[in-house]
Amino acid sequence: MSSEVSETEKIELSLFLEAIYRKYHYDFRNYSPASLKRRLAQAKDHFGCESYSQLQHLALHDSTMVSQLLPFLTVQVSDMFRDPEYFRAIREKVVPHLRTYPSLKVWVAGCSAGEELHSLAILFREEGLESRTIFYATDINTEALKKAESGVYDLNRIALFTENHRKSGGKSSLSEYYTTGYGRAKFDQSLRERTVFSDHSLVSDAVFAETHLISCRNVLIYFNRELQNRVVGLFHESLVRRGFLGLGSKESLRFSSLADRFSEFDLSERIYQKEGEGV
Amino acid sequence: MTIEPSIPPPGGIVIGASMGAIEALSEILPVLPEGYPLPVLVVVHVARDRKSGLPELFANRCRIPVKEAEDKEPIQGGVIYFAPPDYHLLVENDFSLSLSNEEPVLYSRPAIDVLFDSAADAYGDRLVGIVLTGASTDGAKGLRAICLAGGKALVQDPETAAGQTMPLAALDLCPDARSLRLDEIAAILSADIVDILK
Repeated sequence: MSSEVSETEKIELSLFLEAIYRKYHYDFRNYSPASLKRRLAQAKDHFGCESYSQLQHLALHDSTMVSQLLPFLTVQVSDMFRDPEYFRAIREKVVPHLRTYPSLKVWVAGCSAGEELHSLAILFREEGLESRTIFYATDINTEALKKAESGVYDLNRIALFTENHRKSGGKSSLSEYYTTGYGRAKFDQSLRERTVFSDHSLVSDAVFAETHLISCRNVLIYFNRELQNRVVGLFHESLVRRGFLGLGSKESLRFSSLADRFSEFDLSERIYQKEGEGV
Repeated sequence: MTIEPSIPPPGGIVIGASMGAIEALSEILPVLPEGYPLPVLVVVHVARDRKSGLPELFANRCRIPVKEAEDKEPIQGGVIYFAPPDYHLLVENDFSLSLSNEEPVLYSRPAIDVLFDSAADAYGDRLVGIVLTGASTDGAKGLRAICLAGGKALVQDPETAAGQTMPLAALDLCPDARSLRLDEIAAILSADIVDILK
């Protein structure tokens, strides 16, 4: 690609993101550009557009487009008990601290189709903490939230979920929590009874609750440094003193401006603890 | 920690390898001399649910620092970065690194194409892309993107590769790419690198 073409494309991309923001209030302007561009190239091909200007035209003039674009703009790739060692660390190291609270609030930020939420709900049930806990599961993608609320996953994913659950130190059999039919597994409604599902943007919305544990895995990698700092700031504001923040296995606070407000509780599993003020 | 503003580096090198990668990389990376001017970004196809061990392995063999790439890390010259298992590695236009958990490309995460495309975007004609041995076709499209952006393309001579599919696919899509033995690639990277980017 000549540099002139790529310069034009850069302008088009930035205008596209501005258009989506101004018209639909979804703000992707501070997402990591390299992977966002890759996903938008897929959207451009999917909708048969020659250019991002054409995609922008479609998006502006057909308001049904935005819900079709969201799956391209956001990334929804997860599994239940993904990275089993993370959930083992929550179970063995974080849960003993959480037990000391009479009531708990847990925020799954960027919950996508609910794999992480269900993992934590099962873990909390196994550890006897479920009845004192309220879960908040938030995402900007309302279609993904609906999937999370339904608790239905393709049956061909269950073998991996089961294996992960076992490796994470699961104390029960995963099959106790779902019923199957029509090639799908539906996880028990009771796992979601204590969950508030909510359309919430880490980019533009404020803190809504004081929480003891925030699990936000493989979300920050899609944000640029500035936006990462804002979101880590939100988490800091939401967490109680000595509350816990769990990130994805390749995410860290190392390059964050708020790194010194957290201590490394379990660095290998990327679990951080908010520093107690004045301690 | 404060982040220094990125100064545009003199260029970059990206390498992709799959089946037979460790042997092939062992003929190239340890040859790079101390004080090497360019960053070297490497994608090797590895199994998803274990540590790749590649940074540790090559740190013991190389004369320049070797590490696993971290999200939002500013790229530094003279450092070899390996993509972590189960994440794509991308170069941002401000010469920092990003990781991504998006779907595998050609069954691979990390994928060579993802690194090469984004690096071509960031570095333009100041990039050398190298496709080594492998049994997949990953890397061919990415190498073409590097050529289209004016960068240089080197491919391991398929005759000398444990897996011929990947170098053959790359040569097929990139007529300008040079087909070379590993020792020739190592010689170019260690001796003439600044010249070939002129």
